[in-house]
Amino acid sequence: MGGRTTSDLASTSSSDRLYRAYETVGFLPIVLVTLVAILALFVPHFLAVQNIFNVLRSSSYLVIMAAGQMLVLIVGGFDLSVGAVVALTSVSSAMVMAGLKDSLADEPGIIVFLGVAAGIGSGLAVGLINGLCVAFLRISPFMVTLGSMSIATGVALLLTNGIPVYGMPKVYVDAFGRGLWMQLPTAVYLAAVIVALVWVMQNFTRMGRYIFAIGGNLQAAIVSGVRTKTYLVLAYAICSVLASVSGLALTAQIGSGQAVISSQLTLESIAAAVIAGVSLKGGVGRVEMVTLAAFFLLILTDAMDLLKIDPRIQTIFLGIIVVLAVAVDEMAKRRTPVV
Amino acid sequence: MTEMTTVKSSVIGAARAALAARDDGLLLELSGVSKYFPGVVALDGVDFDLRHGEVHVLFGENGAGKSTLINIIAGTYPQDAGDFKFQGEVVTHLTPHTARMIGISPVFQEFSLVPELTVEQNLFLGRELTRGGFLRLPAMRARAMEIIRDLAFDLGPDRKVRDLSRAHQQMVEITKAFLTDVRLLILDEPTASLTEAEATKLFDLIAKLKASGVGIIYVSHRMREIKQIADRITVLRDGHKITTVRAGDVSENELVELMTGRKIGVLFPQIDHSPGKNLLEVENLTLANHSVNDVSFYARAGEITGIAGLVGCGKSELVRAIYGLEVVSSGTIRVNGEVVTHPFPASLLKRGLCYFPSDRVAEGLALARPVRENASMAAIYQPTYSRWRVLQRGSERRAIQTIVDKLKLRPPHIERAVAKLSGGNRQKVLLARGLTRDITVFLFDEPTVGIDVGAKIEVYELMKALLATGVAIVLVSSELPEVMNLSHRLYVMHRSRMVAELNGADINEPEVLSHFFREQSPDMAESSRIASVP
Repeated sequence: MGGRTTSDLASTSSSDRLYRAYETVGFLPIVLVTLVAILALFVPHFLAVQNIFNVLRSSSYLVIMAAGQMLVLIVGGFDLSVGAVVALTSVSSAMVMAGLKDSLADEPGIIVFLGVAAGIGSGLAVGLINGLCVAFLRISPFMVTLGSMSIATGVALLLTNGIPVYGMPKVYVDAFGRGLWMQLPTAVYLAAVIVALVWVMQNFTRMGRYIFAIGGNLQAAIVSGVRTKTYLVLAYAICSVLASVSGLALTAQIGSGQAVISSQLTLESIAAAVIAGVSLKGGVGRVEMVTLAAFFLLILTDAMDLLKIDPRIQTIFLGIIVVLAVAVDEMAKRRTPVV
Repeated sequence: MTEMTTVKSSVIGAARAALAARDDGLLLELSGVSKYFPGVVALDGVDFDLRHGEVHVLFGENGAGKSTLINIIAGTYPQDAGDFKFQGEVVTHLTPHTARMIGISPVFQEFSLVPELTVEQNLFLGRELTRGGFLRLPAMRARAMEIIRDLAFDLGPDRKVRDLSRAHQQMVEITKAFLTDVRLLILDEPTASLTEAEATKLFDLIAKLKASGVGIIYVSHRMREIKQIADRITVLRDGHKITTVRAGDVSENELVELMTGRKIGVLFPQIDHSPGKNLLEVENLTLANHSVNDVSFYARAGEITGIAGLVGCGKSELVRAIYGLEVVSSGTIRVNGEVVTHPFPASLLKRGLCYFPSDRVAEGLALARPVRENASMAAIYQPTYSRWRVLQRGSERRAIQTIVDKLKLRPPHIERAVAKLSGGNRQKVLLARGLTRDITVFLFDEPTVGIDVGAKIEVYELMKALLATGVAIVLVSSELPEVMNLSHRLYVMHRSRMVAELNGADINEPEVLSHFFREQSPDMAESSRIASVP
């Protein structure tokens, strides 16, 4: 606050400060804490170790994807293809590992490496195509990612005929997919590392700054000499790669490569970002909030599971929450005075 | 003067390079530069040059091509024809990035700032200080503080640009240009929202830069400051270069005549004043975002009611709110004596009030659709245009053709897509919409922005013709000569409030300007003169 002028300081009362604190963190943490408290009181088994465990693990996949989705939203786009990328990653990594199972039976490390490379590679390819189409051909992100979603899903189905792919190395499934490390699923650590990296990127690197600037005011970024196209492509590429990482972890947990792995993941990733206050118009979004929002969604889903609410009704509920979150965001914006 | 030392030192670095190149002659040389936009020739074979250590003023009306020219020099977009030489070398494929690299620093009027980033983040955007891929936050903070202090601007590096006033955003924009070594500085109406004291600081700085060999292109309408700092003046009109003169060789009146291409008296028609009853009354209007605060005014039949004020004073929001385009939090709006409780465009059209937006592309017209459809859009449910929900295309065509002929649309083809029309013709299509039905209150928001002098006169003549039929016209304009010469009664807005109502002989430049700059002493307002009106 060192740079504030004296007139500003004079007007800062304690209620102002409270309001400012609320402005920075938003209402999400409050809602989250309230939700947890209510669920702990009223939903049986909510605080059971196994349940917390499940919530943490399933949120990890979403956190990773939503972090990527957030970056694309910040540059003013969005990515409908992340769910399809998860499926494509799952299938391609599993097929490579299953295919090498016999020829490299003694070298599970190499098999895993090649499988992971195939998975990430397919994600990167989709991301680059998305980014290049948006940045250079100036196709709307909606159309590009709708198209690539269809393409990736089609390829995944074509490769497998819809049949799950088995035959991944045991160590991959047991140690990575279902393994624990200090009592917690490995995916939790993976998600934590990725969130930390994205946070550093957003706050301490040039790239993070440029991603905000591009979404905040594209023309200003261009005029300031930012290579906007490069960073647009990078945002889409990172988003798809993160979806791939999530897909790899999910595949390892399930134990087979599946082309129909992820019907809800795209919507959930956008939902988490929007609930976290990431602006659909670009320029705004923080990864720590997105992480909280992903937890929020998964806790809600988990509570509905525990209460034995029909999954079809849960889907409806998810849709309502997304629309509500955007509506609240818009309403808050309209109340803000301009200076 | 010690406060200026740091700027000086960085400036001197640039200056040394500039001085080294001085022998080569001109800093910048443009010859035969043309630029075309769809439906518009923005620049037509313009020659322009800039010497080292010179302030060269670009003078012209809105839409004359000034901003196109400075955008080409800044690398925002390329010229379609003509040569671009910088320090004697031909430059091609200039981008904003390379332009900054070779020392061309633009300060735009349309701010190139990212609202969600802080002042400091905006200052360094595109040239952050980094080490090993990480931002050097403390180093950037130190440099930002230093340069803000040197410029003596009242800016906090932590503030988000979104939260700053226009004047402060302007300061950020200027500070940004000084962050690198400057050889050619472009200033586009830099004093438009600065106070007198801040403007004086800026002029001191310009003098220092000049002395060290930096060339400055300065766009302004304000006669006083042009007289004060200009070495040469180039006048542009409708995309053509009219002339380049030495600042000492030309009087204010001559400049205005060069700019408009005709005598002032000819530009603005004499409009009869025969005030009738109040057709529009606004009482204590306040908007939800407080861009308009407790404003009352009225408009009478047979009278042009002008509303003047600086950009961002709330005058545009005021008329938009009356038409239901802004959220009203309190106040009363009466049209024809009836209270409008929930203003929205359809109900106001029915009451005979129509608003003509200043941004014709964003809010006024469907560019891909023909003139006919755009013109009849607001009246389509009336019997002339549709019956039983079925369009009456024949009678629509006849009705629109009649209106379009009256407005002198050129060419008078009503099936042409609006996108293919020039700014002046687009404005006529918009006006045609107001003539398709019975309108008694016309709200014009910057009606002549971006249109040429000829079309302007036609718009003024149309207002005159409309007024003779007994309607009320509210004219909101940032062009002082326009509101002053056309209005019978002139309101002045300042910082969201109505601060003055002027009648007859009180509508003169010093009087209006004294209300523009309320918190300042009268002589400050005097010195911030705006172009024209002898």
